[in-house]
Amino acid sequence: MQIIDILISGLLLSGTYALVAMGLNLQYGVARIMNLANGEVLVFGSLAAFWLYTSSQISPLLTILIVIPISFIGNLLIYNLLLAPLVRRSKSRGALEVDSILATFGMSFILIGIMTSIEGGFFAYKYLSEPIQILGSTTSLSRLVAFLIATLIALVLYLWLNKTRSGVAVRAVSVSTEAAGLVGINVPRLSAVAFAIGGAVTAVGGALISTFITLDASIGVVFTLKALIIVIMGGVGEIRGAIIAAIILGIVETTVATLVDPGLTLAAAYFIFVLILLFRPQGLFGRRNT
Amino acid sequence: MRHKTQSVLSVQGVTKRFDGLVAVSKMSFHVAAQEMVGVIGPNGSGKTTMMNLISGVYTPSEGGISLHGRQISNLPPQHICREGIGRTFQLVRLLPGLTVLENVKAGAVFGHKRRWGRDADQFALEMLERVGLEGQSHAPISTLTYIDQKRVELARVLAGEPEVLLLDEWLAGLNPTELETGIQLIHDLRDEGRTVVMVEHVMDAIRSLCDRCVVMSSGTKIAEGTPEEVLSDKEVIKAYLGDDNA
Amino acid sequence: MKASTVQELIIAAILAFLAALWPLVVDIYWLGIGVDVMMYVALATSWVLFSGPTHYISLATAAFFGIGGFLVGSGMSDYEASFWSMAALSACVGAVLAALIGLATLRLSGVYFVIFTLGLAEMIRNLVSWIQNNFLGSRGLYVFTDFTDKHLYWMLLGVAVAVYLLGWIISRSRLGFALRIIGGDETVARHVGIDTATVKVILFTTTGFFAALVGAIIAPRWSYIEPNQVFSPQLSFFVVIMALLGGAGRLWGPVVGVIPFLLIWNWVDTNFPNQSILVLGIAFLVIVYFLPHGVVGRLEQLRIWSRTLK
Repeated sequence: MQIIDILISGLLLSGTYALVAMGLNLQYGVARIMNLANGEVLVFGSLAAFWLYTSSQISPLLTILIVIPISFIGNLLIYNLLLAPLVRRSKSRGALEVDSILATFGMSFILIGIMTSIEGGFFAYKYLSEPIQILGSTTSLSRLVAFLIATLIALVLYLWLNKTRSGVAVRAVSVSTEAAGLVGINVPRLSAVAFAIGGAVTAVGGALISTFITLDASIGVVFTLKALIIVIMGGVGEIRGAIIAAIILGIVETTVATLVDPGLTLAAAYFIFVLILLFRPQGLFGRRNT
Repeated sequence: MRHKTQSVLSVQGVTKRFDGLVAVSKMSFHVAAQEMVGVIGPNGSGKTTMMNLISGVYTPSEGGISLHGRQISNLPPQHICREGIGRTFQLVRLLPGLTVLENVKAGAVFGHKRRWGRDADQFALEMLERVGLEGQSHAPISTLTYIDQKRVELARVLAGEPEVLLLDEWLAGLNPTELETGIQLIHDLRDEGRTVVMVEHVMDAIRSLCDRCVVMSSGTKIAEGTPEEVLSDKEVIKAYLGDDNA
Repeated sequence: MKASTVQELIIAAILAFLAALWPLVVDIYWLGIGVDVMMYVALATSWVLFSGPTHYISLATAAFFGIGGFLVGSGMSDYEASFWSMAALSACVGAVLAALIGLATLRLSGVYFVIFTLGLAEMIRNLVSWIQNNFLGSRGLYVFTDFTDKHLYWMLLGVAVAVYLLGWIISRSRLGFALRIIGGDETVARHVGIDTATVKVILFTTTGFFAALVGAIIAPRWSYIEPNQVFSPQLSFFVVIMALLGGAGRLWGPVVGVIPFLLIWNWVDTNFPNQSILVLGIAFLVIVYFLPHGVVGRLEQLRIWSRTLK
């Protein structure tokens, strides 16, 4: 039945989307950096998985273990070298947003440039691509595995944010940097760590997504857009919201791709975005500010 | 609903909720023409939220606010400004990148008088003189002292020729000399017969300036009356200093 | 943006007159470069009109530009419409689209606007391709006119002059004052009686209008309109970078930014074609970190600094 196909497919896709959105939530909601290079970090993770698999037969699932520390350190460096100076020099939150948008925008080009020189064309590979049956609908094993791993990592993140001291500190910073500082939290250091974890999570999402989607160096912006729309739809900083928003986007996108045209997935995301803007700009779970 | 008193500004049963947190609860008070009303209370009692409700930054969850009998509670700030309410901010908000004169002129151009050109410049200069800043019209705002910044903001509000002035802790953060100057300025406003609502912590100012006081605590009104009555009220003392001191 | 002076207007008029002489004194190659320069001057100046004072970074230029090119292409090859009528239609469509986007996003903080414009060109390209494949039938959008580069140059110069003039008038009007106040502190702007959302939407509409018009005018140069080409995100980035390089604080900032950037870009693209995107990114970062107010801003800082030394 087509509806089941769409639902299953959309749900599996949304797992990876939710993971990437969580990464962006950490970067924007905590470190207050509107990271327009988010999609490129994702593609970087994909490229790493592709390269290691096609050259050395290393399973993408193992690649994830390599991608996590590398992208963590990479994003930490990016934050400390390039973004922290902006945070220090910005006089207002609005100015920081403009600066971080422009800076990460520039960074996205640098990443695209680096990636194009590694692999100029499209890249895709077959991994766990055997078809499996879920509730009567056929999908690939890779999609299911990606979904399961994404869910696992999301669970780990959730537990960290809600049950550990450092996680609570991170949530405090996302509510108010001033108040968090006043209770003794080292806001700059925590912002850097949050940004780095966010980047690592995004790169993992990229590695997962590369097992069932064809990518190229310039497709990052589409993922950035979708991650941003999910974050806003769910409410900035809201984990539950991001999950629900990811599911909505995943299902709507799959519906449009199946019933109308696969080239219109971005338009479908925009359609949802417009609805959010018109009716609930703070997102499903966000708090209304002034 | 018509009131027997000549109230210019009427707050009736206003409640404001933020996702479960009740910041203001069933507040009611009236301000008569040419009255100077003080809104006091301990920190976190909802005073600035009340100011934000009146100036249109927030919309009441319940209740209404009216100016001369006209409901203004649902209007956005720009319409409330044009209706004749002007406010200063707790943390001074000046416009970076504009000169002192332009900062003041901003108040005159878009208000209900809509001045422009030479007329606006002239009027802005007059307002600067009123607050004691003549000669500073081309100074960059980054060079101003705190009291001077506050004066510019006050001049900007006055340039809009408001019927009702909302002063949100206008005297906060001033050293003793500046405080004297500041209180004198507000005295002058009083002598001009302006209608003012002022949120304040500086009790001397409240005593010497206000005709009446409304005391807020945890979002509700706990007392109302002249400054002497209110400042010796047991509930008020308890709210500020705790039980043992009443 | 500070209010422009009559002095600036006179200088601008002189420059415009000199620029008009360009096609008469140079050869084909330099005329071609001139057309590029004029195109970007028009686009960047209309960008600065809105994004300069409000600090709302618009990445939507390519979306409007593409619509202009596409409408001219489609109108002329599928519907036998005249160039002029399609160009006029493009500008109007651009304006309407900008107004709709503005109404949806400009009541909210700048982040929503930037995000919306980020993927807009890409999304419209997808839509246009889909419409083209499924409803319009013909794949070939041919634009055949008698226009030479000379004509295009003068038309674009005309648009650039019109944009500058509009910006000059606005900067000295209430609208311009309101814009500067909004850019200073939007809360204050509302509290002094400015309808901030309306002002922003009006200004953004002009950006859409002119960007689409430029897209329409330059269409004849290509003869064949490819959606991938006219909706190229690179265009949006170029416009932003040129405007920022020159300085978004002044109406003539972009003029200062266009020529150096195009020259540098030509050099990079010729000598390091594979690294050109990388260079674009580095240029962006250099501007954000070292020239936040553009070259014009730096020059003005130097001027103030040298004045205090006297």
